[in-house]
Amino acid sequence: MTDPLPPADGASTEAPSAGRAARAVERRSSTGFGRYLLKHVSGAAVSLLLVLFSSFFIFRLIAGDPIDQLTKERPVSPEQRAAMRAELGLDRPLWQQFWDYITGTLTMDLGESFQYRRPIFDLIVERLPATLLLSGTGMVLAVLLGFWIGTRSGWKQGSRFDKGQVATGLVLYSAPTFWLGMIVILVFARYLGLFPVNGMRSPSTPPDFWSQAVDIGHHLVLPVLTYTAVVYAGYLMIMRSSILDEIGSDYLTTARAKGLRDDEVRQKHAVPNALLPTVTLVFLALGSVVNGSIVTETVFSWPGLGTLFVNAIFYPDRPVLQALFVLFSSSTIVAVLCAEILYWFIDPRIRRS
Amino acid sequence: MTSTTTVSPRALTWARRRQSFQRSWAAYRGQRTGMWGLVLLGAIVVIALAAPVLIDESALSVTRATGERMAPPSAGYPLGTDETGRSILALTVWGSRLSLLIGLTATVVAIVIGTAVGVTSGHIGGWYGWVALRLSDWFMVLPSLVVAIALLAVLGRSMATTITVIALVSWPGTTRLVRAQTLTVQSRPYLERAKALGAGHWHQMTKHILPNVLPLVLASATLLVPSAILMESSLAWLGLGDPGVVSWGSILNRASENGAVSAHAWWYLLPPGIAILVVVLAFMMCGRALEAVFNPRLRGESS
Repeated sequence: MTDPLPPADGASTEAPSAGRAARAVERRSSTGFGRYLLKHVSGAAVSLLLVLFSSFFIFRLIAGDPIDQLTKERPVSPEQRAAMRAELGLDRPLWQQFWDYITGTLTMDLGESFQYRRPIFDLIVERLPATLLLSGTGMVLAVLLGFWIGTRSGWKQGSRFDKGQVATGLVLYSAPTFWLGMIVILVFARYLGLFPVNGMRSPSTPPDFWSQAVDIGHHLVLPVLTYTAVVYAGYLMIMRSSILDEIGSDYLTTARAKGLRDDEVRQKHAVPNALLPTVTLVFLALGSVVNGSIVTETVFSWPGLGTLFVNAIFYPDRPVLQALFVLFSSSTIVAVLCAEILYWFIDPRIRRS
Repeated sequence: MTSTTTVSPRALTWARRRQSFQRSWAAYRGQRTGMWGLVLLGAIVVIALAAPVLIDESALSVTRATGERMAPPSAGYPLGTDETGRSILALTVWGSRLSLLIGLTATVVAIVIGTAVGVTSGHIGGWYGWVALRLSDWFMVLPSLVVAIALLAVLGRSMATTITVIALVSWPGTTRLVRAQTLTVQSRPYLERAKALGAGHWHQMTKHILPNVLPLVLASATLLVPSAILMESSLAWLGLGDPGVVSWGSILNRASENGAVSAHAWWYLLPPGIAILVVVLAFMMCGRALEAVFNPRLRGESS
């Protein structure tokens, strides 16, 4: 996917007299892309706005009085309550609170956490790298493993390898992530003592870069293993069925007739075509890199956004819940938008319609 | 009019439906994994239904627990005990009822909403159809676990809220499927004929579109149940389940709260987790087989 498709197919081979026609085609296709882009970008913008609306609705209107949550069962005088309301801007009309909320969110002013008494934006910036490290690594591994096994599985459909891999994948896919994590901790950390039980760093590690990197890598193994084990089967099944769609094609028969070895037919002809429909899927998965590891992070007490979210439920830290809800939802919306834009370049059928 | 030889249209319809059901069943029986899934599922449902007969409900009581605390498997407690001395076997058997009940109810609610919105939006179309489609698209894009957690955190923890929240995040898939199928059926000539004969919207939707859509809905429902059960267990494990009931997720929640992992209490962790895995796997095996039977695009595939 390194070089984008030429703007007008075969324009270079056309005679000079056809140049105008080619330009016309080019212009039409670019306005087509403009319209396509506009349609999807505006759709995504509406979706994002709906997320903002619904988060305000869920957390401000259904959730009840934040002062009650903030003070919990402690007795508070009416004057103190009024002061807190004023401080949080709750004494103002609802529409104004909503306006402040929208403009605040759009300017990255996400408010302050009840629990940590710090700006939420700082908390997110601080914890995002840990989440990206865990689910990014897990996602890359899951995609590579799933595609690799899926290709071989589909190519030899019905073989012992295929049946075994599909069965293994389905069993792991059926396992609840948190349970698998607990079992992994029990076996590899508690019984065998090979890896740390939880967290991302040991306090005793020297502060130099390499020791830290090795320590984090050591802590990373079990969470990534758990995350990958549960997720890879999805990619396996998709790649497998994509290969199955290609397997009867004439171009493969031609490739074989040319005398190519089976491996070459698979790697050079079948795989590139089978990958096409899965590319957007991988892009969609990128959206879940931000929010997909909530459970894994919680099992391993990984200091990322997922644990921040779960801890906020029980405090309860409404501003953090609200901000992360918006962040998690918008990351998937943006990922879907990217996938749709990518689709324009990958699938020529969209351009014709 | 010779009334002796005519068969009522209703009887004709039912005969045809019976026939197509038999055809589908024959195709399903050919799927080995599907049959295994069905057998597994049957066994689990029997255990869940028979739980009160097999084990007295008093075994779930914390105050009347008889065993030692966190004890490994022994003769009296074949799967060991939890931190209050209750039998893990009893908890797991009783937990199956709640896990299945929540998974199935949430799926039924999601399927009913999804089918209703899908058929009406495909059939009526226009402004309403557009809004329904956009709304289901929007719900589909949102990360379901995040939405479920946020809603449960706000609505409070109970069985009803758990079911509502799971249904709310699972309906859009069905809507899209049903809508697409409705549009296909819509363009067939027999629907035009029905319209020409004066069939109203209600008649068209219930007598012509719905019967054509239902087999596909059934297949997708079978694949929705496992994801509902997994989601219920995740939510319960996070501590967002109904505090008053025992489900597999809530057992595992207690296990981690009470340090079962650091106590090496494998007997506490394995039974509920394996139970979830087996049920989810059984539903997936059945669902994949049903999909292969009902979805013509997949029919070429043998697995």
